Amino acid sequence: MFSSDQSCWFVRKVICWRAVASMAWSVLLLLPTTALFVLLSRFSLFHPILWMSECLSLLTSASAIFSFILLCGVVLMVGFFNLEYYTVVPSIACSKIALLGQVLHPRQFVHSLVHCIMGVVVAWCCAFTIGGRYRSLGHPCTQDESSSGPEMCLNEYHLVLLLAGAFIGYSHSLVGVVYNMNYVSFHTMQQYKYLRFKGALPLVVKASAVQALYCLRSFLLLYFFMGYAPRAWICKTLDLSINSSIHSLDSVSSLLDLSLLYHLWISGTFLLLTWYITVLLFRIFVTEVYSFPVQSTFTEDAHQCLPKVITGTQPMILKFLALQDLALLSQHSPSRRLEVFSLSQPGGHPHIWTALSKECLSLLSDLTERLVAHHDTVATNGRAKSQSTGSNKRSTTSSEGSVTSVGMEDMKTPRPSALIRTPGSVFLRSSVGAGLRTPLTTPFTPDLDSPFSSPALRRLTGPLEPQGALSPGFSSIQSPHVMRRGPKLWSASTDSQLNGSPPPSPGPAPSPSQAQLKPSFLVTFLQNRKDQLPEASSQALFADSQVHIWALQGLSHLVAASFSEDQYGIVQTTLPTILSTLLLLQEAVDRHFKLPHTSSKPGHCSCSMGDDSYKTLRFALRSTLKTAVYRITATFGGHLHAVQMSAEHRKRLQHFLEYKE
Amino acid sequence: MHHWTKRNVVMMCSLALFPPPLSGDGETSQYNESNTDPSVWFEDSPALNLYFPRESLKPHSRQESSSKSAFRDHCETLYTRSAGAWRDAGLSGLLNEIANSSAEVPKWLGVSSSCVLALLRWVSSFHSSLFPHLTASLSDCHYLALCLQLSSEEMTAEFSQVLDWSDCAVRGFAWHPHTQKCAVALSDDSIKIYNPKSATTPTLKHRLQRSVAALQWKPLCASALAVACHNCLLVWHVDPTSLSTRPSSGCAQVLSHPGHSPVTSVAWSPNGPLLVSASPRDTALLVWDVAVESCVPLHRVGGGGVTYLSWSPDGSRVLAATPSSLFRVWETRMWTCERWPSLKGRCQSGCWSPDGSRLLFTVQGETVIYALTFTDNPGVPLMMSGGPKAATVVADLSETTLNTPDGDIMVGGEIQSLAWDPRGERLAVHVKGDAGAGRPAMIAVFKTQISPAFKLLPCGFVQGEAGTEPRLMQFNPNYQHGAQLTVCWSNGKITHVPFCFMSAGNPQPGLGGSPSFPLTQGRPADYNNQTLYTELIS
Repeated sequence: MFSSDQSCWFVRKVICWRAVASMAWSVLLLLPTTALFVLLSRFSLFHPILWMSECLSLLTSASAIFSFILLCGVVLMVGFFNLEYYTVVPSIACSKIALLGQVLHPRQFVHSLVHCIMGVVVAWCCAFTIGGRYRSLGHPCTQDESSSGPEMCLNEYHLVLLLAGAFIGYSHSLVGVVYNMNYVSFHTMQQYKYLRFKGALPLVVKASAVQALYCLRSFLLLYFFMGYAPRAWICKTLDLSINSSIHSLDSVSSLLDLSLLYHLWISGTFLLLTWYITVLLFRIFVTEVYSFPVQSTFTEDAHQCLPKVITGTQPMILKFLALQDLALLSQHSPSRRLEVFSLSQPGGHPHIWTALSKECLSLLSDLTERLVAHHDTVATNGRAKSQSTGSNKRSTTSSEGSVTSVGMEDMKTPRPSALIRTPGSVFLRSSVGAGLRTPLTTPFTPDLDSPFSSPALRRLTGPLEPQGALSPGFSSIQSPHVMRRGPKLWSASTDSQLNGSPPPSPGPAPSPSQAQLKPSFLVTFLQNRKDQLPEASSQALFADSQVHIWALQGLSHLVAASFSEDQYGIVQTTLPTILSTLLLLQEAVDRHFKLPHTSSKPGHCSCSMGDDSYKTLRFALRSTLKTAVYRITATFGGHLHAVQMSAEHRKRLQHFLEYKE
Repeated sequence: MHHWTKRNVVMMCSLALFPPPLSGDGETSQYNESNTDPSVWFEDSPALNLYFPRESLKPHSRQESSSKSAFRDHCETLYTRSAGAWRDAGLSGLLNEIANSSAEVPKWLGVSSSCVLALLRWVSSFHSSLFPHLTASLSDCHYLALCLQLSSEEMTAEFSQVLDWSDCAVRGFAWHPHTQKCAVALSDDSIKIYNPKSATTPTLKHRLQRSVAALQWKPLCASALAVACHNCLLVWHVDPTSLSTRPSSGCAQVLSHPGHSPVTSVAWSPNGPLLVSASPRDTALLVWDVAVESCVPLHRVGGGGVTYLSWSPDGSRVLAATPSSLFRVWETRMWTCERWPSLKGRCQSGCWSPDGSRLLFTVQGETVIYALTFTDNPGVPLMMSGGPKAATVVADLSETTLNTPDGDIMVGGEIQSLAWDPRGERLAVHVKGDAGAGRPAMIAVFKTQISPAFKLLPCGFVQGEAGTEPRLMQFNPNYQHGAQLTVCWSNGKITHVPFCFMSAGNPQPGLGGSPSFPLTQGRPADYNNQTLYTELIS
């Protein structure tokens, strides 16, 4: 098939090489990081010369080189997982249950397991590097009562370090799901890779240090209560005995050993830092601008040109990079714009402009339809319940069908049932169907039969439904007046909204096994349970809006440039369509932002590597849309009166012309 | 690295060629070129001649401290006050509080906290200029001394484009780039928005809106107004159709970044969603994506802060001046910059030609205007293209004596700010003057021509009522019949001075059939023909 062929060349020629380059750089950066770790871990204030000479001799020893090779292997593995798991459209769990489903997905399980093991490997390297009492798992000891000679005892310091590594590796994987660490976002500002890395490095160091601290706290708590279990297990399997002359480490006094804490923390920081640097480099490399040729003189390269690439759907990163390139060329590159406005040589058709504008417009009208469908669902107050079942079945099948047909990109979204909720699948499906012009089924209709449905919607529709099961206090919270008043425009903190609505039924939270074994219980549970993530449905609607933002920027800049650069007047023919599409979208976006919870800003989590820019994409889209319309009206001015359009749109446009929007 | 090679041309004093200012002291501001009533030239709407007498505005700093002292009981224990200061202003606030209440604390604590405070200020302003450029080291030392003795408010006054900022009733003025609407920042920390077509005058007040240093409307938007405040940036969204006169503080986005205070300059990108902001205490230039409230700090070594920003009208470059004798020109495609270590003093002000190809700037302590020419394509990074290698002096505004019927007057001096009208036909130069030496602050206006060659011609002076001096000026970007310069005077009046001309390059179509506009009749005709500066085309 054509699209698979196309995806092959791009992934093979560009994405893989970018990933390889990022891994190579992370391996190179491992050298200074390791040296720094050695220096810091063996730090002694009172013997500086001894300290330096010890570090130097350690760094040049053969065993250090062996552990360095191990670390390189770990970094390469992390890089490979980055490449395999990254996504440009975040999977947004619309409810906490869906999040749980993501965490328990087999794919995620593999990720966690491998990271856990890699954490142990890194921790072993750390223990080896620090040396001293951490060096090996067993040490010779003489028990009091037996005088039969030395036997091997368990070195609990070593064990604690290894377990901490495993814990941090697992929590890295877990936090990665919750904060969408595999999401790769694109930046508004273009910067060179080195400068971007340099700018982000202090943040990464800070994030890893802070994250290591949090992990350490949780780990110590866990070890304090559960530490005996792994210790006994290790002793049993490795036939080690416990040295009774030394206190075991799961007591308050021995866990508060400052030197132990410092070494645990610095090892955790080192582990997270190397991994975060790998993630950061991968993000920087993979989002680098790729300049596609606008047209090609050779027909065999035609599939690599912008008009062809932009209409493709797979891989997703290709579409994103193509639209980014379109937005940039429309702003910065007059010569490439000229190619867009050119006519085909035999025939004189504006094929390039037609292809580009058609794709952008179909993207934008897809978004409009999606917003209208969402709004209708919310407005019908759950009456869509009965009729939505059928449509939802359809959407399920169609999105699962797309899963099988598409490649690695879709595998980023962990579960098929979560896939229904992610707009990525909507996007895929709608752009697959763009040629066929199939009517878009509403993807966000709540499906009460599914345990992983999006109850955030039902939360929105909730207040007007008769909810007998709810406590009166909760339904008063749900009253629309309160909901409207709650999220103020631009209010900074949403914590109160996130945590403010208490769970109405004080039933016990289901354990994971319950969630999987008893779906019937879960359905009833979910129908009553309403403490969902309120903004999530809105976030999910706009999860892939980066492409819409670029489409808006590209279209509006091209139209504005056509005022002086378009020699053949080809843009004029599409101007009415463009304007009406923009105004329709503007209307839909305005209506969407009148819904509760949509205009409240999420709080920034500053000290984490997770990229939360998807949470604010809707604001970026709204602002870009307005700017795009203004850009066209400011350029064309009164000439727009000559454009054919409906009276309603003319009125709206007049507002823009008078700067009253 | 670019170095100055000042052209070895004996620059004659430019102002000597100017027609002497009129001696009369009329009601309105006077302009020698065409002495017309400025209020006539608004389209079909009432004139925006505004007047803010200083007495009507509560003095800014007094109000702040007095309200604080009214609410915070001074009998509170030192501990409570310190906790409050810690909450309000962090560590430096706490140290300040301790240092100020020396009577209650042990002597060693007061002394040590003042020392730490001074050290903190020094570190925060210098943490990235550890290796100052050799040529810049002297003035960096000067800046060090400056920073240690300046409070935030004094710093804003020092680096603001407004002359005598702390004493001024009008602290900022911004025309909307597309429509006849303006925002005025007053010394009582409020901002008023005037629209001749609407009866309501919204007043913007916000808890964090203190010591406003600059404000600018967002291009390609009807409502967004960025305000540089004491320790944050505010972006107001003032609905133009709303009838409310007091938009709530919920209409304002608060953009703050640790260490980025006081904010002294803001600039919107002319065609995008980006906003840059600068603070003399922060070495980074912040580039904000306002819609999502995220920022990217652009750190560069040297300079010790950023004081003034100006985005070129074509969007391709940004001028960033630092408090030391160094400024940078960023290109906005990949955000790389080139350094311009200047000869002496810091870059005080700058302005771009409408096509973004030429930058005029002035240096503190000098009386000349320099020009830089950028010939490259906007898409290409500066490093790789043939940017300018040297700045040229295009005008010299050193002191000179002009003969008027009332006697000789002294004009000229250091330059406070520059403004170039959006069509590139007039250049207004705000000369600081020296009241003690009998040289009043005034605005000198040049005629300019950009293509085919850059030319500067003398035009005239803009004078206010007797005893007043201009504080702030800006060209109205929406004036149809030429250029219109809005001037805020020291007595709190805001007037608009029209310059009516037929644009040589592109004659305005609407202007052809209306003979009622008095076109430029250069009164002293012989002055107009003497070109001050012509670019040599080689």
